[in-house]
Amino acid sequence: MGAHLIEMRNISKRFPGVRALQDVNFTIEEGEVVCLLGENGAGKSTLMKILTGVYQQDSGVIFFQGEELDVASTRDAYKRGINIIFQEFNLCPNLSAMENIFLGNENRTRQGLFSHKETRKKALALFEKLDIDIEADIPVCKLSVAKQQMVEIAKALSYDTKVLIMDEPTSALTMKEIDTLFTIIRCLKERGVAVIFISHKLEEVLAISDRIVVLRDGENCGDILAKDATENTLVSLMVGREMAGFYTKRMMQPSEEILLEARGITGGSKIRDVSFSIRKGEVLGLAGLVGAGRNALVKLLIGADRKSAGQIFMHGQEIQIQSPKDAVKHRIAYLPEDRKCAGLVLPMTARENTTLCVHTKIQNRMGMISRRKENAITDAYIKELRIKVFSREQVTRTLSGGNQQKIVLAKALAVDPLLLILCEPTRGIDVGAKAEVHSIISALADKGMSILVISSELQEVLNLADRILVMHEGVITANLPIAEANQENVMRAAIGSA
Amino acid sequence: MVHEEKILTSKAEHTFSVSSSIQRIFRQRESAIFLALVAIMVVITIVAPQFATSGNIYRVSRQISLVAIASLGVFTVILTGGIDLSLGSTIGLSGVTCGMAMAAGVHPLLAILLGMVTGFSVGIINGLLVSYVGITPFIVTLGMLSIARGSIWIVTKGWPVENIDDRILVLGQGDLLGIPVPVVIMFAVALAIHFLMRFTVFGRRVYAIGGNEEATRLSGIDVQKIKCLAYGISGLLASVTGIILVARFSSAQTSSGEGWELDAIAAAVIGGTSLAGGAGSVVGVLIGAAIMGVIRNGLVLMRVSAYWQTSIMGLIVILAAVIDRVKNRKVA
Repeated sequence: MGAHLIEMRNISKRFPGVRALQDVNFTIEEGEVVCLLGENGAGKSTLMKILTGVYQQDSGVIFFQGEELDVASTRDAYKRGINIIFQEFNLCPNLSAMENIFLGNENRTRQGLFSHKETRKKALALFEKLDIDIEADIPVCKLSVAKQQMVEIAKALSYDTKVLIMDEPTSALTMKEIDTLFTIIRCLKERGVAVIFISHKLEEVLAISDRIVVLRDGENCGDILAKDATENTLVSLMVGREMAGFYTKRMMQPSEEILLEARGITGGSKIRDVSFSIRKGEVLGLAGLVGAGRNALVKLLIGADRKSAGQIFMHGQEIQIQSPKDAVKHRIAYLPEDRKCAGLVLPMTARENTTLCVHTKIQNRMGMISRRKENAITDAYIKELRIKVFSREQVTRTLSGGNQQKIVLAKALAVDPLLLILCEPTRGIDVGAKAEVHSIISALADKGMSILVISSELQEVLNLADRILVMHEGVITANLPIAEANQENVMRAAIGSA
Repeated sequence: MVHEEKILTSKAEHTFSVSSSIQRIFRQRESAIFLALVAIMVVITIVAPQFATSGNIYRVSRQISLVAIASLGVFTVILTGGIDLSLGSTIGLSGVTCGMAMAAGVHPLLAILLGMVTGFSVGIINGLLVSYVGITPFIVTLGMLSIARGSIWIVTKGWPVENIDDRILVLGQGDLLGIPVPVVIMFAVALAIHFLMRFTVFGRRVYAIGGNEEATRLSGIDVQKIKCLAYGISGLLASVTGIILVARFSSAQTSSGEGWELDAIAAAVIGGTSLAGGAGSVVGVLIGAAIMGVIRNGLVLMRVSAYWQTSIMGLIVILAAVIDRVKNRKVA
């Protein structure tokens, strides 16, 4: 029997109080693309962190090209040719693409100085090999997210990489950029590089991988060839049950009453004279490509950024929103795109995060916090949103992505909002949690809450919204009732050719 | 980093709740540094037995209390992720203000109030510049360090202020049931700050800002106001130390508080306050101040040369940071 490129056998790992992995097996061959699939908390990241030496397994062995492998550190893993690209990039934003690629592995002149010439030559050679087009000289923070990711890939390949692990590489990319990424992955495959691909997007998983390994609750629960798999079989493997419908349908129609109207919103470098309105109980989808200005618009709306012009009317009366504080006062709640940077205070507990917006509701006249009221609010949302926590005192840093997202949602809902603004509400969370978030959104709208949803997943917007606004280059290019909207006309408006 | 973890059975939850309170006491950082404090005191007592005499303990505790009060102020600022380097000069400026007022015949209570208003104002100016103008705390308070110290020299022309009203001397020299008054004041201040930080909305917001300023702002909290007030508290508590120092020496010295920012910040850091913000406790700060004071006193008793003492104190600060770092690495 020929040896596998990598074989992980009976890997187990416990964290205090938590069983992360139990006898997990995983193999990959040269030139194979394997997708690792599972809900958040299923153990995918832990398994990959063991492979790259971030964690040590409690038991089990790893074989690399038939030999037992002992990876003590990430540096060790690099040297063996095992490389990982994390969801959050590890680039120095102020350095150029070529400097980033050779960081820690610099080309030196004979005098020991940094060799610009050599570095450039090698970087360009790498870009050519990958058939990508990147400005090698400007700081990477000026590159698009997709290009930054390509820099990461090039960096990984500047080492003699045999196994490349990509943790949710597509979550911040547009459809076109995903296509480019897939071309690169196929190119790597031809060169014999094994690619381990972690993603939640089933469509992509089926499109790119040869084989799919499914984990659930830290155990293997499926290993199937991509050509034999369908979205439904994968979903049921991941959650351990057949999911009825992916999306819940709305019970109620939005009312005719207009809740909020924005007129001529202008601000920042992008948003020019944007006007729209949202009705009571309406789910309004805001579609567009990454960089179209959807998030910028929302930030102007809630006062997080200063608008240079524009008016906001609520129930027909003009309201002043100069800061997020004003937004909360007018019962506009906001769930930011990036839950770790902008949503949660990670070192604080579930309780402290849930009540962050509503200190006025939990304090007495002396400014003292009533723990009783605070607990009641938190417990209510933990129950309502089915948040999995040890107790309300669990620090949010230790929660899985889906549960973190639910805490941010709980925080927003605690405001008892009339308008709830959700930016990428399901980014980076697993299918199970995603379906739950979707049904929560529908239920809230049925109760009369107006909801503005931004999502880069077009299918999500199409399924959730009653009406879709499409943005392109800072202006609204389409306003489509759901009955008239489809992938095609939304996409056309998004690229500005409507 | 998100830990991929699955919460285990109800069994784990059960054990968690039963032993949680006992475990929590031992797991807390404060108990570790408290043990360190005890160990240091034992070692010093063995080497220099005169450490454990009641007279020495009395003097050490009084010295500790002065640093601790200022440290509790800068602690509030550090919790927001900021720093206050100007507190030493604020100590001096408030003391001089208070002293000059008394020398001019102002009633001592009013003079004390004036001193405290001075300290609070200096802090608020720092706060305004940091939160509304958006200058780095390091630069603002570094500049203020010079401005406040310079102001002392300008108004006193370099001479100490004598003619201190006898009625305030009790604040620095008196005792209450055998406990030095400054120590009593320290405990009162510590209780107040503890209450403020743990039980009020203001305190919650201070911790939240230190934990994630952007998320806090987007949650509709007036981050600028809270930060500004934190600097105000730092200035106010520096002035308390400054006024006690006047009472202690029956004069307002122009060099009063010089270099105290180091001790005050160090006490907070040794006590487990994270310089990144969002983590730390009042109890920790008190223990940190005690460790600093006890070691300083021990070095004197052990007849270590004054030249060496300064370097050793600096070493201890860095050591505390190293220990903190190593411990955190294990957790992460």
